[in-house]
Amino acid sequence: MRLGVLFSGGKDSSFACWKAMGREEVACLITVLPRNPESYLFHTPNIHLAALQADAAGLPLVSAESAGVEEEEVADLSRALSLAVREHGIEGVVTGAIRSVYQAARVQRVCHALGLWCFNPLWQRDEEEYLEEVVSSGFRFLVSGVSAASLGEAWLGREMDREALDELKALARRNRMNPAGEGGEYETFVLDAPFFRKRIEILKASREYRGDHGMYRIDDARLEAK
Amino acid sequence: MILVLDLSYRPGSLSADEFVAPVECIVREEGQTPQIRHYTGVAREDLEAADGAILCGTALKDTGYLDGLESFGWLTSFPHPVLGICAGMQAIARIFGGTVQEGVSIGMAEVEVTGEDPLFAGRNRFTAYELHGLSVVPPASFRVLAVSPSGVQAIRHREMPVYGVLFHPEVRNEWLVRRFLSLCRQKGSGHNRRDEEGKRGI
Repeated sequence: MRLGVLFSGGKDSSFACWKAMGREEVACLITVLPRNPESYLFHTPNIHLAALQADAAGLPLVSAESAGVEEEEVADLSRALSLAVREHGIEGVVTGAIRSVYQAARVQRVCHALGLWCFNPLWQRDEEEYLEEVVSSGFRFLVSGVSAASLGEAWLGREMDREALDELKALARRNRMNPAGEGGEYETFVLDAPFFRKRIEILKASREYRGDHGMYRIDDARLEAK
Repeated sequence: MILVLDLSYRPGSLSADEFVAPVECIVREEGQTPQIRHYTGVAREDLEAADGAILCGTALKDTGYLDGLESFGWLTSFPHPVLGICAGMQAIARIFGGTVQEGVSIGMAEVEVTGEDPLFAGRNRFTAYELHGLSVVPPASFRVLAVSPSGVQAIRHREMPVYGVLFHPEVRNEWLVRRFLSLCRQKGSGHNRRDEEGKRGI
């Protein structure tokens, strides 16, 4: 089955892509670029680098813009998936949804309307166990956005290695935070994955932090050999 | 051992992660041993060793199990509790003489409990995740236990501990799967046909 992966460049959609590659044919990555940074459905930090990540993976990228207005996002998603059907003949869509019924139900409805299969290979995973698997499978990712009081500025740009993962799990338990960050507590950017042919090297980045919110903006990056 | 059946389009599909693994996880958390099988590959030894069976859901577009109903013939003589989830409920309904019809519902919905049964004891209403493209018209041998605005949400055979739920209890309603597993453990409670038959000296 030819599939398109809804891709944000973060750990969840990247890991879902890898899971899908093991069982079906991933024909393309699909990115919706929200103009509104507070998008309800779509991950935003560094989404402009999804094209570089697609190059790293050797996969074509289909992208469509969205105004990022709550219910219009569904129509924007539908346009992006229709484009992937036309350009790459996909028969189904893969998402990195774990527990978000809001996100999963909307993608399911769009897929149903378009006659597409919908797969959520991370659905209902235990978050701690899942994070362990992501890190131990060779994914390298950093924290590209924070939006929780318990995650301060020091987390911005921090790579999720073993030490950071243990710290995050402890923080999540103490603060009753979703350790996978699916509630928007933090966002991630994948630098390398088992299916990447090249890895991403960050050349220039900047941090913005205000209140409990912060963003690690990657201003310049390039591919390097693995 | 609890037999956990994958009803998706092929063994080891991408859907198994989504519909089978969460159920498998609940079975393990309850201290029971799950035995995962694709519905086309259930052996007699699997049925003999099982204390109960759960038939899992499938992707919305995946209805291939309805073309392979001969694989579910064992349901009419299985002596332990059975829980069919979504696709599993549809297969159960068809095997016992009911029908399925087009009926799409995606998202959270209010479920109202309308029939008394230990599976729903103490629950009058709850919200549940629906993800189905087909709805069920239950066979005459089943009672309706719960409904939602989209139709029948839970059924039970009038004499056998065979249940079907159209919503997905593995999403936000794990309690239902846990209760079902406790029914599987209650030997001699009337939820286990083999015990009942033993009492009657059959």
